Amino acid sequence: MNKIYLDHAATTPVHPEVIQAMLPYYTDFYGNPSSVYSAAQKAAAAVAEARESVARLIGAAQPQEIIFTSGGTEADNLAIKGVAMARANQGKHIITSAIEHHAVLHSCQDLEKYFGFEVTYLDVDQKGLVNPAELEKAIRADTILVTIMLANNEIGTIEPIKELGKITRNKNICFHTDAVQAIGQIPVDVNDLGVDLLSLSAHKFNGPKGIGALYLRRGTRIVPQMSGGAQERRQRAGTENIPGIVGLGKAAQLAGLNLSKKMEQTRRLRDKLIRGIETKIDRVILNGPRDDRRLPNNVHFCFRYIEGESILLNLDMLGIAASSGSACTSGSLDPSHVLLAIGHPHEIAHGSLRLTLGLNNSEEDIEQVIQVLPGIIGKIREMSPLYDG
Amino acid sequence: MYSEEVMDHFNNPRNVGKIEDADAIGEVGNPVCGDIIKLYLKIKDEQIEDIKFKTFGCGAAIATSSMVTELVKGKKLDEALKISNQTVAEALNGLPAPKMHCSNLAADALHKAIKTYRNEEFVEIDHHCEHSNFCHKEIKIELEEESK
Repeated sequence: MNKIYLDHAATTPVHPEVIQAMLPYYTDFYGNPSSVYSAAQKAAAAVAEARESVARLIGAAQPQEIIFTSGGTEADNLAIKGVAMARANQGKHIITSAIEHHAVLHSCQDLEKYFGFEVTYLDVDQKGLVNPAELEKAIRADTILVTIMLANNEIGTIEPIKELGKITRNKNICFHTDAVQAIGQIPVDVNDLGVDLLSLSAHKFNGPKGIGALYLRRGTRIVPQMSGGAQERRQRAGTENIPGIVGLGKAAQLAGLNLSKKMEQTRRLRDKLIRGIETKIDRVILNGPRDDRRLPNNVHFCFRYIEGESILLNLDMLGIAASSGSACTSGSLDPSHVLLAIGHPHEIAHGSLRLTLGLNNSEEDIEQVIQVLPGIIGKIREMSPLYDG
Repeated sequence: MYSEEVMDHFNNPRNVGKIEDADAIGEVGNPVCGDIIKLYLKIKDEQIEDIKFKTFGCGAAIATSSMVTELVKGKKLDEALKISNQTVAEALNGLPAPKMHCSNLAADALHKAIKTYRNEEFVEIDHHCEHSNFCHKEIKIELEEESK
């Protein structure tokens, strides 16, 4: 059976060139870069090179603005808690959106619960977009940080970060964006976006797991969340994950190559999949925008009258890997907070399916999904007491 | 994640459908929490002659529905009442822990159908609400809004 992987928003396969680049740093140059001997210095040089590659990918002015972390979650925690603690004496109000990743939402909730911060969670519209006017209204004299994601991990909405950044810029408010889903999918430039901090994660763009980075604009102060040695310019202690950092650097180089061509190709497959599903299956709802405010690799539907896990199990039996925002797959009893935030009632949110494309997906993969999905949806609907045929 | 028995009942569910002239119907769960099980029974001389189900829910919800119909078809009502959610889960060789409470409702639907048929009171334990923040009022409001 031909395996079809359509869950690239969850994670991606590591590019063979990335693996090759990493290997010598397990076998030969395993020295601790803080040491003086030559093998260790080779590792230190590799870290410097990777830092430059990541800086180049996101248009950072200096490589020193990149802090390596254990992944996107740590980068989000470091950005939010780090800025909050550094600026607590100036104010204790933070603004975020209702559809952020849990790494952001729970960081904000921790600050509310344990450190007396107040957090405003901005609503989004039906497409998942934050309204800049709403941000403007929510800003108070004691607002110190705004954190809004660049692209949503579930429904693929690309937020108007540049517009939002213009609002915060002249108000002495730090602006952070979680760009974990956007990097490698769309061009990202920290100066164009006007952000002070940006989180990214290697395994979302064909790099290894366990490594990510926080962009920290020069002059932006944070309180480190990991105490210890002097690594990462004292912003993040701990011996560097050298093979991971090298892998991230290589993945960043590859992500930047032919990006517009890759985007065009992925968009074409995405639109074919969306059209196919909408043509062949009735009573479906496409979540997220249809235009260029949607990530090129994201397809997200709600199928009425049925529950998402049943769809996933049926797809898996045919070798197709996908994901859902249903309660059964979210690990809680509630369906996805994103689907509720865009206005879906619970029973519709339960029937969601996310298909996210990657570099290895072919035209045939898409055709295969379009061919089998109507049968699966039909079979599950036949069983549903909510469906009347 | 699921046992072979669960996957078997999920893939080839027994007794799916609706009985138009059912003698008893039992429905439990709610769409807010993602599981609704509806059982249709044909009863003659205190015996379940036929039983069919319709279920909205995850793999476990569908498999438990299928299993309960298989367990009670042809049984006397008193015997059928001895079947609990636990019996159903055991017959399926177990369910993942999170599913035990939220998707293991098929025996409740059976009990509800039989008690309603006998004009007895059925007290529905809301498994979902033991664990989540929803209350019936919120669910009702949501359903009303949806039907508009």
